[in-house]
Amino acid sequence: MESSVVTRIPAERARRSARAVAISALGPLTSAAGVAWAFVQPDRVTLLHPRGQGFWWLAIEPPLLLIAAGVAFWLVVARPLVADLEEP
Amino acid sequence: MQPPAEMVHWLFATGFLLLGLFLVAEAIAGREAWEKRRWRVYLWPGLVFTLGVLMWPVMAFYTNSAIHMLAHSAWAQSLMAAGAAELGLASGKLHHPAWRALTFVGLLVSGTAFLVHEQNGWFFARSAFLHHLIGWTLVVASLVPLARVFRPRSPALQSAFALTFVAAAVMLYCDRDVAPVFGHISNLAGAPHR
Repeated sequence: MESSVVTRIPAERARRSARAVAISALGPLTSAAGVAWAFVQPDRVTLLHPRGQGFWWLAIEPPLLLIAAGVAFWLVVARPLVADLEEP
Repeated sequence: MQPPAEMVHWLFATGFLLLGLFLVAEAIAGREAWEKRRWRVYLWPGLVFTLGVLMWPVMAFYTNSAIHMLAHSAWAQSLMAAGAAELGLASGKLHHPAWRALTFVGLLVSGTAFLVHEQNGWFFARSAFLHHLIGWTLVVASLVPLARVFRPRSPALQSAFALTFVAAAVMLYCDRDVAPVFGHISNLAGAPHR
């Protein structure tokens, strides 16, 4: 008796899905680096101790810029690109 | 109401990081998938051009010395030229691959500008160290876009090009106006703040 329950994924499709996973990970990894930085150097996040700080010190904080860049990349570039990669 | 110089470095670091992410994504996805949506083709050349335009306010408002002004304006022009050439190639209005050499010029001028406008030694303070490090990194890495003129579709060169911007972004994020580097700070640098 022979059964063919498992079907082989074509190599090209598997490669495409590996690429999609890698691209999907770029944005979250960038944002995760920002979150890790905020934990390692909380003094760089001026919003945590805002008294007496001016506009620039509250608005421009490197860990938050990193998080924002990761989110923006994920929303604007990674998601549509992954959708295109997964299109047959 | 001008932001401190270190914040300008962090904002440009974010631009460089996005540039690196776009190029990494393009390298992973492959040219065919990347070009499926037309707007994506203009993404990184447009960002390079925008960074060049944004260098002009830096040139105008952060004029510590004549050499700063000259370095920033040369930098603005070379980034705009590189971005414009890549935009022309992306839109199909330019065809000859030699136009990509302007990206090599842009990176070389950027590296040289970092080196020229840093007048202190490596261990004067952290910003001096990073300006030397970024300058030499960009000067050496400018060979990558030069190689791309001859091999524009090489994935290895595309990846190296992308990682150059990610590395530059990391170094720019580490910049502080007055801070020690590996325990060294000159007495002339001033008192480190937060």
